[in-house]
Amino acid sequence: MKRTLFKTVFLAFLALSTVGFSISKVFAASNDIKVGVVFSMTGPVASFGQSSWQGLQVAKEIMPTALGKKIDLILVDDQGDKVQAANAVNKLVYDNKVDAIIGPLISGNVMSATPIVEKAKIPLITPTGTNPLLTQGKKYISRACFIDPFQGKVAAIYAIKNLHVKTAAIVIDSAQDYSVGLAKFFEENFKKLGGKIVAKTFIQTGESNFSAQIAAIKPANPQIIYMPCYYQEIALFARQAREFGLNQTILAGDGADEEALIKVGGKAVNGLTFTTGFAPEAIKTAIGKKFEAAYKAKYNKLPDNFAALAADSYFMLVNAIDRAKSDNPIKINTAIRETKNFQGVTGNITLVNGDAIKPAVIKKVENSKFVYATSINP
Amino acid sequence: MLTTILQQLINGISAGSLYALVAIGYTMVYGVLRMINFAHGDILMVGAYLAFFGISAFMLPWWASFITAIIITGLVGVLMERLAYKPIRNASRVSLLITAVGVSFFLENLFLVLFGGVPKAFPIAPIFHGVLNYNQIYLPVVSIYTPIIALALLYMLLYILHNTKYGIAMRSIALDIDTTSLMGINVDIVISLVFFIGSSLAAVGGILWSTQYPSINPLMGIMPGLKAFAAAVLGGIGDVAGAAIGGLVLGISEVLIVAFFPSLAGYKDAFAFLLLILVLLFKPTGIMGKELERKRF
Amino acid sequence: MNRNVILTIFSIILLFVFLYYASHHFSKYTIIILNNIAITMILAVSYNLINGITGQFSLAPNGFAAVGAYTAALLSLTPAQKQAMFIIDPIMPILGSIHLPFLPALIVAGLVTAFFGFILGFPVFRTRGDYLAIVTLGFGIVIDIVANNAITITNGPLGLKGISNYTNVWWSYGWLVFTIFVVMSIINSSYGRAMKAIRDDEDAAIAMGINTFKMKMIAFIVGAFFQGVAGGLLAHLITTISPTLFTFFLTFNLLVIIVMGGLGSITGTVISTIVIVWGSELLRVFDQPMHIFNFTTPGIPGLRMIIFSLLLIFTMLFAREGIMGKKEFSWEWLFSVIKGGKKNGK
Repeated sequence: MKRTLFKTVFLAFLALSTVGFSISKVFAASNDIKVGVVFSMTGPVASFGQSSWQGLQVAKEIMPTALGKKIDLILVDDQGDKVQAANAVNKLVYDNKVDAIIGPLISGNVMSATPIVEKAKIPLITPTGTNPLLTQGKKYISRACFIDPFQGKVAAIYAIKNLHVKTAAIVIDSAQDYSVGLAKFFEENFKKLGGKIVAKTFIQTGESNFSAQIAAIKPANPQIIYMPCYYQEIALFARQAREFGLNQTILAGDGADEEALIKVGGKAVNGLTFTTGFAPEAIKTAIGKKFEAAYKAKYNKLPDNFAALAADSYFMLVNAIDRAKSDNPIKINTAIRETKNFQGVTGNITLVNGDAIKPAVIKKVENSKFVYATSINP
Repeated sequence: MLTTILQQLINGISAGSLYALVAIGYTMVYGVLRMINFAHGDILMVGAYLAFFGISAFMLPWWASFITAIIITGLVGVLMERLAYKPIRNASRVSLLITAVGVSFFLENLFLVLFGGVPKAFPIAPIFHGVLNYNQIYLPVVSIYTPIIALALLYMLLYILHNTKYGIAMRSIALDIDTTSLMGINVDIVISLVFFIGSSLAAVGGILWSTQYPSINPLMGIMPGLKAFAAAVLGGIGDVAGAAIGGLVLGISEVLIVAFFPSLAGYKDAFAFLLLILVLLFKPTGIMGKELERKRF
Repeated sequence: MNRNVILTIFSIILLFVFLYYASHHFSKYTIIILNNIAITMILAVSYNLINGITGQFSLAPNGFAAVGAYTAALLSLTPAQKQAMFIIDPIMPILGSIHLPFLPALIVAGLVTAFFGFILGFPVFRTRGDYLAIVTLGFGIVIDIVANNAITITNGPLGLKGISNYTNVWWSYGWLVFTIFVVMSIINSSYGRAMKAIRDDEDAAIAMGINTFKMKMIAFIVGAFFQGVAGGLLAHLITTISPTLFTFFLTFNLLVIIVMGGLGSITGTVISTIVIVWGSELLRVFDQPMHIFNFTTPGIPGLRMIIFSLLLIFTMLFAREGIMGKKEFSWEWLFSVIKGGKKNGK
């Protein structure tokens, strides 16, 4: 009896999956323009994915069609992991046969997806991948954001000129290409402006106990701490640092730009300053205001960096499809690469070899809220 | 240098007490059922989440939320045993282990689906707030409370085991389950009690852990769970006091390694398992040395 | 050449004809799945040798696969690629300059992994039962941590990228056939019988004069070799590897497969690998949003794993023997079924 029960369940399982599988295939309308979306919906940077997806959906509501055809967004979670990102892109390109891809969000994940789209000749727009290596020598990768050599330079300039410091300690997340790259650019520029790096220590994404790293930095007595990591680790680090008497200002990159930073960090992150690509107060374009209003109406809060850049990736893609007057991926890619003076949510976007030339925004955490400080132009 | 060592020592005792709380649950379950409950680390996670929801969704005062979370987690443990482990109690060890792994993955993914993969900020209870500063040594208040709570619970548990009817029944089952049931003891109820106690202790561990590292996510229990298990083996699997001692030894040595060899900081986790392997090779009965290996094939 | 051998060779030829057709007509995505099935099968079959046949509950395969994958990748990447990739700490010089073609890289990877198995076997087989499981689990975890921290060897958590996509159905299925051949040969030899004796009652086996340590080592090392090769094949399939690929989850997957197929049955393992890998892909649907007419069902990541773990628990509760139990496929059985059918039907 038990064996038959087992066999029945087994067959039910197979049947269920086959049915689910067939449904998803049959009902995928073939006349739509299929856009694959690879975001980190779970995992260590899940907040990035959640915000980006929200922004993307608002953008789609504002512009649901291109060339008169409906746009179909197919979302695959890459779990914040580079191997899963490659799997996701493989599936979207070869199984769902998408015409373009938006995402992944973090540089390491984009890198593992690159060989696949280059081979298949499918355009990829990353909203927030900032590492310069992503587009070097590549034809099909573009981005909606600035690149880290610029971001690191801005941070160094801000530290020396606005914060008036001469020494810094750097905390690097050795698991992320983003962190390693940005730290390098900051260090180069900081030294060029006469600054000195007095301590360098490493963490890893997912770690929660930073007492060893804090103990390493304390005796070096830096004036600021530069931590180009992600919001989760920054928040936990800030808490523990304050508990152990390490009270210097923490300067970070756009990886800090998430509400979760304040929720987890609490009072410890007041005063934390970071470079990023977007602030609601800095919106100048018409589409930007429209997006802000629609986002606020739908989610009852202001859009953040990730939502805005995801929206811009979408708008850029639609614009490119309209200009290319075709849904052929190669033609779309050419049009994307030719984007000039495009009015996006985050400002005026012009792509040079896939990289966006845009101003950077400095934001600060004050009284547990993000506050816009200033914009710095390239 | 001295202050650093002292500081690290205190960190170590605090971390060690957390491991101890979780290790006790492992060791008790192994003692009575001869199974390694891989899902135990995830029970820690369940406790943390329940406490979080008590405070944020139900607006309970922190003490009420914690107590409710601990009790409900204990019941979850009992449920887990009844549904997944009881039917195969007499099967081979392999089967029990595999089922435990299945339950572990199930819990992790259930919470992933229910509450999303975005980590949540754990609210810190007012009495745990703050840091004491003595001579350059920083003591987060919670680091002082943790060992005290762990010690108190350990003492209560040892009392139960040696002085109450059910406690003696538990130790009897650990020695010989068949004879115990022949003596007229309702083995099922005693085992459920074991799971209740073990899971509640894990919940306490989860709450204290989340107070120190206030970010909870569905996968948070995996590493602490594995390390607590290493601690239990280190102390002598099946022995409650041993589990506590093992936890402390593990917590302190981890921290001291990082303090003396900062470049090896990344290998801190590996250390726990290397220690485990060495113990299993040279003194499998652990620090407290009780021989519990019983052939069940 | 007796009938069985001819039939087996014929089936292998049939398999390769199918692969030829597949590589020219199936979508690239399906081919990736086919490769996945082959690689997983190599892992599962070699894992069953130590777990199911010899009865030693090892949890080490993820560690061995990691060793094999990293070794093969480090050998097949060009020195220039390695220089460019190791951005935190430069690669160890010996590793930086070595460069081998695909097949030698795979074989060396297998041998290195087998060597790890050999060294590990000494401490591991001093323990039995649960303790053996824990020691091997510890090994897997230590390898994971070393992979994350030995930056001059493995590039740490950044992993290795841009590995050449050498793996195709010919390589993976070729190695699979070889693996099954070797494993089945061992099982049907006196070694195999000794291993089964150890599984059924180790003390009796010792009393019968079997060198149990030698037998366990053979099973372990052979398993390690093929798991290393499988790791290498995997690296050259997905072209990016990092420590996250080789966590305990990999071993858990293999465990599900060999238990559902039947510990001790290679045929069962073959069947269940196909079902589980294919089923996992199908189940991926539940993780993603689906569009039905104008509705979009939200994707719930994690739902797939819930179904998976429930399936495992269910199997353990109701059908511990798995699909095949301890039985193996044989041509005789097939003929008896056909003949029996003919007799009863007509």
